[in-house]
Amino acid sequence: MGFEQILFYFFAGVLLFAATMVITIRNPVKSALFLVLAFFNAAALWILLEAEFLAIVLVLVYVGAVMVLFLFVVMMLDINLAKLREGFGEYLPYGGLVAVLLVIELVVVLNSPQFGLGEMPDPVGQAADYSNTRELGLLLYTTYVYPFEIAALLLLVAIIAAIVLTMRKRKDTRYQNPAQQMSVQAKDRLRVVKMPAERKS
Amino acid sequence: MVALNDYLILGAILFALSVMGIVLNRKSVVILLMSIELMLLAVNMNFVAFSHYLGDIGGQVFVFFILTVAAAEASIGLAILIVLFRNRQTINVEDLDSLKG
Repeated sequence: MGFEQILFYFFAGVLLFAATMVITIRNPVKSALFLVLAFFNAAALWILLEAEFLAIVLVLVYVGAVMVLFLFVVMMLDINLAKLREGFGEYLPYGGLVAVLLVIELVVVLNSPQFGLGEMPDPVGQAADYSNTRELGLLLYTTYVYPFEIAALLLLVAIIAAIVLTMRKRKDTRYQNPAQQMSVQAKDRLRVVKMPAERKS
Repeated sequence: MVALNDYLILGAILFALSVMGIVLNRKSVVILLMSIELMLLAVNMNFVAFSHYLGDIGGQVFVFFILTVAAAEASIGLAILIVLFRNRQTINVEDLDSLKG
């Protein structure tokens, strides 16, 4: 067994262990932490697959941003854990059966020699001066430039949607309406009253 | 030498685990969102593995897009979750029956 294989089985083992803990552990905070572990091991596996840029992006964006957001939200919400766990055991046989059948069927299909080392040998490693980021960027900004811009737009829509969803107007807050303030006329504020003098001078 | 099979089977097991997670934790919206993230990770694993073994970097571009969509989905999902909790004081899926479907 080569060194690469040992690394693969180690990372894959920890990844599957972390994924199992994510779906079975009681506390959602711990669940989120195990999801961080799962993403980290996936990033390590992607480095084994020579996808360095995506591995770093997975760590930075997923572990650094998305999972921290998850942890924020989970810790902010005051969740009754016991109620959420009701019916966990009840559905375990069905969920387990579906998952086991899925795995068995996929293993039967995927273990065919078409995907084995014979048909698809492990490609020779890239040279030391090969830049995965550069190659990805070249492809992304030429062939896939329109999808890339659509992705940017998608992120913008997501930002706006998240802000609009969580923005709330409190009924008892008093706020100014600048448009109304600007359109005010002098006669709305000041009333000049003609009045005769009270005393003869 | 690690074969393509191994990566594909790893992705399959990861996918099945997240399907099981959706069935088991069907009450907690947070864990459901996490299971969906795991599912996307399993798919991404297949994309990266095929990209490596076929020598075509296009697969990694698609992983890039899937990561974008997943980040957008997570942020909007969590925003909905917060609004939900603010209005109903619960994230239990069983209590969310106001649509009467």
